[in-house]
Amino acid sequence: MSASHLGTLPKHIQDELAALEREEASERAVATASQWRLMWWRFRKHSLAMVSLGVLATLFLVAIFAEFVAPYNPMAVHATRTYAPPQVIYLIEHGRLTWPFTYGLKSTVEVETMRRVYTLDYSQRIELGLFVRGEPYRLLGVIPTDLRLFGTRDGTQLISVLGSDRLGRDLFSRMVHATRISLSIGLAAVALSLVLGVTLGGISGYFGGRVDMLIQRLIEFIDAIPSLPLWMGLSAAIPLTWPPLWVYFAITLVLSLLGWTGMARVVRGRFLALREEDFVMAARVSGSSERRIIFRHMLPSFVSHIIASLTLTIPGRILGETSLSFLGLGLKEPIISYGVLLQDAQNVRTVATAPWLITPALVVMLIVIAYNFLGDGLRDAADPYA
Amino acid sequence: MTSYIIRRVLYFIPTLLAISLVTFFIIQLPPGDFITSFEARALANGDQADLERAAQLRERYGLDQPWYVQYWRWFTGVLTGDFGYSFQWKQPVSALLGQRMLLTFLLALATTVFVWAVAIPMGIFAAMRKNTLGDYAVSFVGFVGLATPDFLLALVLMWISFFYFDMSVGGLFSPEFENAPWSLARVWDLLGHLWIPVVVIGTNGTAGLIRILRANLLDELHKPYVEAARSRGLTEWRLTAKYPVRVALNPFVSGIGDTLPGLISGATITSIVLSLPTAGPLLLQALLSQDMYLAGSYIFLLSILSVLGVLISDILLAWLDPRIRYQ
Amino acid sequence: MNDLLLEIEDLKTHFFLDDGVVKAVDGVSLQVRRGRTLAIVGESGCGKSIMARSILQIVTPPGKIVGGRICYHRAPGDVVNLLDYQRKSREMRAFRGREAAMIFQEPMAALSPVHTIGSQIVERLRLHSGASRREARALAVEMLHRVGIPHPAQRVDAYPHQLSGGMRQRAMIAMALICRPALLIADEPTTALDVTTQAQILELIRQLQAELGMTVVIITHDLGVVAEIADEVAVMYLGQIVEHGPVDAIFHHPQHPYTRGLLRSIPRIEDVTRARLDAIPGAVPHPYARPGGCPFHTRCRERIIHQLELCTHTAPPLTRVGPLQQARCWLHEPPGDGQRGAGHAAEPALAIIGGQ
Repeated sequence: MSASHLGTLPKHIQDELAALEREEASERAVATASQWRLMWWRFRKHSLAMVSLGVLATLFLVAIFAEFVAPYNPMAVHATRTYAPPQVIYLIEHGRLTWPFTYGLKSTVEVETMRRVYTLDYSQRIELGLFVRGEPYRLLGVIPTDLRLFGTRDGTQLISVLGSDRLGRDLFSRMVHATRISLSIGLAAVALSLVLGVTLGGISGYFGGRVDMLIQRLIEFIDAIPSLPLWMGLSAAIPLTWPPLWVYFAITLVLSLLGWTGMARVVRGRFLALREEDFVMAARVSGSSERRIIFRHMLPSFVSHIIASLTLTIPGRILGETSLSFLGLGLKEPIISYGVLLQDAQNVRTVATAPWLITPALVVMLIVIAYNFLGDGLRDAADPYA
Repeated sequence: MTSYIIRRVLYFIPTLLAISLVTFFIIQLPPGDFITSFEARALANGDQADLERAAQLRERYGLDQPWYVQYWRWFTGVLTGDFGYSFQWKQPVSALLGQRMLLTFLLALATTVFVWAVAIPMGIFAAMRKNTLGDYAVSFVGFVGLATPDFLLALVLMWISFFYFDMSVGGLFSPEFENAPWSLARVWDLLGHLWIPVVVIGTNGTAGLIRILRANLLDELHKPYVEAARSRGLTEWRLTAKYPVRVALNPFVSGIGDTLPGLISGATITSIVLSLPTAGPLLLQALLSQDMYLAGSYIFLLSILSVLGVLISDILLAWLDPRIRYQ
Repeated sequence: MNDLLLEIEDLKTHFFLDDGVVKAVDGVSLQVRRGRTLAIVGESGCGKSIMARSILQIVTPPGKIVGGRICYHRAPGDVVNLLDYQRKSREMRAFRGREAAMIFQEPMAALSPVHTIGSQIVERLRLHSGASRREARALAVEMLHRVGIPHPAQRVDAYPHQLSGGMRQRAMIAMALICRPALLIADEPTTALDVTTQAQILELIRQLQAELGMTVVIITHDLGVVAEIADEVAVMYLGQIVEHGPVDAIFHHPQHPYTRGLLRSIPRIEDVTRARLDAIPGAVPHPYARPGGCPFHTRCRERIIHQLELCTHTAPPLTRVGPLQQARCWLHEPPGDGQRGAGHAAEPALAIIGGQ
């Protein structure tokens, strides 16, 4: 039906009919939009979650292209720049906007304390640039290049925007590399938890009865014991002789061993709710196999819930790794994670003399907050009625 | 109610067994036989007393027997208060536990009180003033509290007091009370030091509980029974306090049980940073030096403490919510 | 008239939401006579529940009463406008708790799950009568007995989840009537109950009304309930009363096309033909998209489309159509020169929308 057939009708009735048709059409669009599109529409309204998504996407890009973003090799030791303070980037000179630059650092060693003391050297004006040439590396581990996102123009002088650590290593470069480890360990630990949680939660919720009871007790038990002491106990057993990559996976395993319960609860709850739903009953009545019911009908309908609750468990894993490494029980050099970086800030005196060593913690907080907002947004989008 | 409590307490027994198994597993985890290395060191030092003790322990814990015999010997020992022997401190573990576990317990208790005292009014406030500046402020503080790792907060607080007040905030006692016997003055001194770790450890749980309470209360505030109470002519604050807050407190109470394990985790790391004379620092040392009986005992006791807390909060919940009691 | 209890004039309750203003109640005028039962009928979303809540001023933000008067005749000659009282004022609370009472659709949801029914009854009594704890409890037990709850002395300490649906609604009624209110507002009191229980609860309300001399305003979408209990009926559509009159007149001589539609949509057991149920075409318009003119014109089968599309442009006034009956429809109030529009529903005037 189209409004043109009704040409004999008064104008405003035609308009009204046209409007009604438009509305019907948009309703049809809503009805046929996939679950994911609907979720995206609802998610978009959540401005904090959108911002968080942006923040995390940026951080993941940084993690992937860490060598490019970091101006220096995170291991490069600069004996003359121990505990060098952050260098300010200037954009205005003599009241006029200029190309960004910074001043060099002059250092003298204080005799009594044997500490380096830094002052700005105004005679040394260091021009900064984007896409400068630096130490060669392989982008994504494949493409050989020496292009760095930013750095000093002449390449011999150093700029440390966030200061240096006790060996004069550039903190910013180290943090960029730490982003890679910390973000990936969060994902890896959660991926393992996902497998455990979906399997056990699914079994529990789908079969019910005794199995359910047993798994529920197990979940309650795991949730009732404090995770950090147990994590500490487990990771202390990782042999010191293991290569870094093994340690990385061992820590991941330790973190996910206790972390699957939340996921299992969600999956079980959804299974229990869905078991009673009409469409599952319809599938069963029409003779679908149990396997088909689970994978074809039930799982897709709560993937979105799983993603949302996964997102909310990631920050816990990241904080767990950070805490363990901070205590010296988790990752160790030469792996750089935020926890490893924060080991340098264990001591109040160090923090007092080099407060910039705390900045890794601020990034951890940013990541945790972003994941929380993102998860909240996803959860609301996945289930507006929950 | 009584039958519920009995049932709940009976559940505790398998949990206890499970915790002891996990702990025993951790004690056994480090590669090699720790008594062997202890013997080797004693032999190298020519320490005859240690050699004898090693032989005793080998016998006591049945180290040449299968694991379940070893487990049983260890577990029955624990039940009678024999937690094993610390190779690093060369003392029975039980001698090292007492005071520290007491202080850990005190710290957990004080933190729980702090969490309740702050989270309940803040949560109610945020829910009743939904979408106002006050609500946003509370929510913001909550989010930051949730995202801040305990050790960072501890460091920052220490740094502030070190930098601006020029005082050291580590520990739970002033030097003169460190080893003094318990007295009123010592308790007073303890309270003066306790608040920093309490704030540090409690912030995370407080933030979480504020969110839970606010969300619960927002769900409840528009329920028909609130409207029904309003239709009976109650004042707003009275009907809010009596009905929705009361109902929203139930998941809140079970939330306390959920936060307690986190609280103990937080207490562990915080007391390491603040070097408090609680279980945390000793646990870390023990783990680093693979002094496994000591480490295992701490993990065991911390887990028991937290499970007991969950048990208590479950019983409290049943007392508060008749629907659970009569299930 | 001296037997009036409540006079509502041009009541407007609007909801101020982020996406716009919903005019849930938009100019309702209504008289409620003492000792009678008035049924307010309408589809869900027509504003009948909000109207009832407006009388007690328990509409909470974003909802707000934006205009009108609700005159309450405490006794002949002693009249107050309830809207002169602040929503949270002592006077309003006293009115809500003592002189009026409300029972709700879902007794389980409207009773606090964590308090005994006794404590919720006693609370009201002690708040408004100053009875001692012991007296209040005794009165509560007596009231529970009166509403037909067996073993009231034990049930007074029961929690809502320990009672059946019918018993819960009885407890709710006991709670409402404990202060012997002059006005009882019942918001769909039987909707959540099964059919046999429904009849019992209606009978109970009628019986208590006779005993206590209350005025009852019952809100329902169930015309069966109306037939059973009401003396008078007000039909609401989109926040307005479209027809008002004695129950017999409304059932036998409905004057508004909407009322006629509602009555036609009741399945009748004597209709042996398996014809389709005659439903009102279309759905209640979206709250933000209120039609202009007569609010019902988008679904009306009798709408007048000549005469400058009167129905779509101008809202009709409430017109007297019988001795005590009023309707809000241009069919009864021809504009201007007194010329009538399409006849008295004898032949529907060209149905454009929804009609096949």
